[in-house]
Amino acid sequence: MDITIESLVFLIFGALTLGAGVLVVTSRNLFHSGLYLMMSLFGVAGLFVLLAAPLLAGFQVVVYIGAIAILIIVAIMLTPGLTQIKTLFNEQWMVNLAAAVIVFLVLVSVITPLMDDVGVDNWNADFTEDHPKAVAADSMTTLGEQLVDPDYFMLPFEVASVLLMAAMIGAVLLVNPGQAEDESVVPPEGEEV
Amino acid sequence: MPSDFAPISALLILSVAVSLIIVFISRLLGPFHPTTRKLSPYESGMQPFGEAIRRIPVKFYRIAVLFILFDVEVIFFLPWAVVFRDFKLYGLAVMGVFFFVLMIGFVYEWKVGGLEWD
Amino acid sequence: MVPLWMYLVVAAALFCVGMFGVLSRRNAIAILMSIELMLNAVNINLVAFWRYQAPERLNGQAFAAFVFAVAAAETAVGLALIISLYRRRKSVVADDANLMKW
Repeated sequence: MDITIESLVFLIFGALTLGAGVLVVTSRNLFHSGLYLMMSLFGVAGLFVLLAAPLLAGFQVVVYIGAIAILIIVAIMLTPGLTQIKTLFNEQWMVNLAAAVIVFLVLVSVITPLMDDVGVDNWNADFTEDHPKAVAADSMTTLGEQLVDPDYFMLPFEVASVLLMAAMIGAVLLVNPGQAEDESVVPPEGEEV
Repeated sequence: MPSDFAPISALLILSVAVSLIIVFISRLLGPFHPTTRKLSPYESGMQPFGEAIRRIPVKFYRIAVLFILFDVEVIFFLPWAVVFRDFKLYGLAVMGVFFFVLMIGFVYEWKVGGLEWD
Repeated sequence: MVPLWMYLVVAAALFCVGMFGVLSRRNAIAILMSIELMLNAVNINLVAFWRYQAPERLNGQAFAAFVFAVAAAETAVGLALIISLYRRRKSVVADDANLMKW
């Protein structure tokens, strides 16, 4: 791969996504984790732009960064006691790390042309194409047409509304305003989280 | 196609650069002789204690859930709004069903008192 | 252009980072954030395969849009569960929710 503007931008956003993602998992302060999550999501939005899906990049910023990450940060502020974290990970974290690394290596051996170079045949899938067909820049019209078309996504579209309604009723029910508010109760000092 | 994003990437680079410059220019240009007194959050005043993150009332979460509902609506309304003229009544009916189901959740939250602030 | 496998490697790495977080973090909200990372890795994969393998149909993008809706629903309910747990047991450590653990 020769260095072009596009590959440079890809490297920047890929590094942003992965670096912020690692910091999400390893930050001691949960609030910082939330902010790093926003950064990682922004990197993913950049990758969407590179993949000629600017519509999804916009949705990513509006929905993921604007709503989901904000909801997570609100929930972090609702459950304080975050600065006295003694143990970040549970006791099997080394096994988990090994498992994650092994899964990653297996995936890499399948999706990259690496194993061909080593000499193992018929192992990896052929994902090396780098000149896909051009697509229309405006996918919004097509998406809108297909959302209401019974041959395409009309049913998932309606089911999505049922899912959102159920999620909303469930969320409101779980933080029921009718039950006794316990906001005066302060968590014990120095409790590990 | 990627060249369409030249203005927005210029904006990104510029905003990152400007914010970094603003943060570091005073450190670079001004004199900097730190003492413990100067580095404390309030130079003259009582020492802060406890955490900066206080527990906020759970009402904010209910409002945030309501916000998420209408925010996710946007990703379905926006593509639909571009083409809804071509589909006439049928498109309106499909969106009507979608909107009606979502409104059930909204009305539930309203009825159960989720929008009451006190 | 960037070959397809590079996007897939980024997505696989993000997925594994999220998987490690889900398995290892003790704080339930951190687990939820790691799940968001995994969902984003899936979204990168969906859009990358759409762009390189089937650009003539919009399925990849539409599926990613539905993943947004599912992620929003999942986050709202998951965080409500965690807040409910916190109000009852004054803890957000996932291991503390062991009432029905055998």
